Amino acid sequence: MKAVSLEFRHVSRRYADLVAVKDLSFEVPAGKICVLVGPSGCGKTTSLKMVNRLIEPTDGQILIGGRDIMAQDPIELRRGTGYVIQQVGLLPHLTVGNNVAIVPRLLGWDAPRIKARVDELLALVGLDPAAYRDRFPAQLSGGERQRVGVARALAADPPLMLMDEPFGAVDPIVRERLQNELLRLQEQLAKTIVFVTHDIDEAIKMGDLVAVMDVGGVLAQFGPPAEILANPASDFVARFVGADRGLKRLSLTCVGDLNLQPPGDDFRPRPGQPLVGRRATLKDTLSQMLDADVSAAVVVDRNQKVLGVVTYDQIAAALHDGGSGAK
Amino acid sequence: MLDFGWMADHLDDLLYRTIQHIWLAGIAVGIGFVISFALAVLAVRRRATYGPILAVSDILYTIPSLALFAALVSVTGITLLTVEIPLVMYTLVIFVRNIATGFDSVPADVLEAANGLGYTGRQRLWRVEVPLAVPLIVAGLRLAVVSTLGLVTVTSILGDSFGGLGFFILQGYSRSFPTELYFGAVPSIVLAVAFDVLLSRVQRRATPWARPLMGTTV
Amino acid sequence: MLDKTITWLTDPTHWAGPNGIPVRLFEHIAISSVSLLIALAIALPIGLYIGHTGRRTAFAVNSANLWRALPSLAVIAIVLPITSSIDPEFGFKVYPTVVAMVVLAVPPILVNAYAGLAGVDRDILEAARGQGMSERQVLSRAELPLAVPVIATGIRSAAIQVVATATLGAVFGFGGLGRYLVNGISQNDTGQIMGGVVLVALLVIVTELLIVLIQRLATPRGLLLATTASAAQSPG
Repeated sequence: MKAVSLEFRHVSRRYADLVAVKDLSFEVPAGKICVLVGPSGCGKTTSLKMVNRLIEPTDGQILIGGRDIMAQDPIELRRGTGYVIQQVGLLPHLTVGNNVAIVPRLLGWDAPRIKARVDELLALVGLDPAAYRDRFPAQLSGGERQRVGVARALAADPPLMLMDEPFGAVDPIVRERLQNELLRLQEQLAKTIVFVTHDIDEAIKMGDLVAVMDVGGVLAQFGPPAEILANPASDFVARFVGADRGLKRLSLTCVGDLNLQPPGDDFRPRPGQPLVGRRATLKDTLSQMLDADVSAAVVVDRNQKVLGVVTYDQIAAALHDGGSGAK
Repeated sequence: MLDFGWMADHLDDLLYRTIQHIWLAGIAVGIGFVISFALAVLAVRRRATYGPILAVSDILYTIPSLALFAALVSVTGITLLTVEIPLVMYTLVIFVRNIATGFDSVPADVLEAANGLGYTGRQRLWRVEVPLAVPLIVAGLRLAVVSTLGLVTVTSILGDSFGGLGFFILQGYSRSFPTELYFGAVPSIVLAVAFDVLLSRVQRRATPWARPLMGTTV
Repeated sequence: MLDKTITWLTDPTHWAGPNGIPVRLFEHIAISSVSLLIALAIALPIGLYIGHTGRRTAFAVNSANLWRALPSLAVIAIVLPITSSIDPEFGFKVYPTVVAMVVLAVPPILVNAYAGLAGVDRDILEAARGQGMSERQVLSRAELPLAVPVIATGIRSAAIQVVATATLGAVFGFGGLGRYLVNGISQNDTGQIMGGVVLVALLVIVTELLIVLIQRLATPRGLLLATTASAAQSPG
């Protein structure tokens, strides 16, 4: 299903004694990942849950593909929206295969179609269908469970996915792997994804657009990660992204995006100079240069052919030339 | 000491009383389960009712069965109602708590995921909560069946038309005839133990996806 | 029905003599206490041992659960001829009931003693050992106090069970408050039946309150605070 846009228009959620979300407005174009990030109590999870009406907004409108969610039946809405949570919530009494098949079954797909889809999705998230289809959740590791959770959310090919700290419950190594896999999947599927996290680094890595929220449900800043890092809109945002936001920005740019001049044929890398691929981030490159105590790094392609050289000055310049925020 | 000839002569009666025994218990367990299920769903959906429901059933439980049967005699005479009302009440005590606890044992993230996936309330109850509550429901069933079988013997004080195997116990006692006494006592124990073992197998089969549960505390 | 009950209860003749309320009450309480004490003496040591050492758990829990399956009336009935031939006087009326009561009271005490100890957080015990407590001190100062609530619940359950079975003893000639129920049914005397029911209910309530009181006193203060705090938070 083609991805859709998502829009929050002056959305608020009030409870008797507190305001969880206050006048939230932003727009996510189809096929983009929008990350809601902020400290505890900023209303990011509440905002997410209002999209599939697990929580109802008290004010404002939420539009999916231009349609007001209040005009739709909540059950239909949920079946048409992928939802992934931190503890995953796999139904323990169903096999992995049957878990993934839940929404297709609710929608009345026929059995052969369901089976094919289940296998397709398991393979997509990196789990061998034959091996995992008939296992039970209790037999899986945390990372495997999360993958099944994502497969389950994708089962009915929803145009919109909601993810609430999906990688929070696994260890950092698994988390990084899962993040990379999601980004890879996104290249293939181009879904509209709303992703909640409290981790600014995850937000920067995953988001095409980032919404920084403050306690009390207020939107502090909305924009691409590079923009937020380069120009924090307030002290709160500046503090939240961290004093090292300069370095963080460096992680958004690859050496391959710089203007690299291939050196002459008689060029040889000096001893200690690190060799980096085109995809290496400026941040990692800088880190390796500092480690090796050299003043430049050499960029090579897959065949070890030298593409160019990166110096401290070039890195600093990249930071200040108006933000080449390409990832 | 035991008159086996007498026993051999009365095998038909034994069969009759055994069937009566199971029948009286079965009615109570069946009705009790249905009522308890409804009460448990109510208790879990509306938390406010949980406390009072449990409190009332706890009070009922502490009243000795003999007293309850005796008390009803003045109200409903010596009828099937007098037998079944207390039996049903005692099953409520066991079932409501077990079923409600069973529903409570469903992890919160599973419920949240189920909501997010798009189950309706009713679908969620039958396809998610009930299956996951099954282990505790079966544990409750086992307890209820066994205790009801025991209580049926007590109904023999109400007269010949009830009592199941307890009939022989009382007869044997009043006639000072140990053979008849054992004729009733031993089969009633065997019956109760047999159902206990049978249901414990069912209990173990009921959860292919989880590790076996420890013996539940009182 | 209510006035018949009140009439019966207030009739002074019912308070005097060998079939009087005081006598029956005493019989009931006496046999219950004795049986409960015997059951405690058997079940507590075994349950605590199993719970503390973790040995033979499956066997104990399973057999305890099996014992719970036994119908009380049948147990009394089985013991009756045996004990009456040994001791015609008490063996007929008292011993069978006592045996049945002990048999039925042991499982709840045993299972809860085991579960209470087994349920104590192992980390706490490890911390206690780490601080230098001997095994015995760990048991007496850490494990047991923390297990008190669960153990007490088991004893409470057993006490109720015991009082109930004592009423059944009347079916086989034992006295106690059950006598009024059995006699009342055979004599079709509603006043006596309901009087008996009221007395039994009162006795049960008092027993329950007494044990709850003892449980309160025996529970370490820290635990009491913890449970009231969580009870206040968990309305759901």
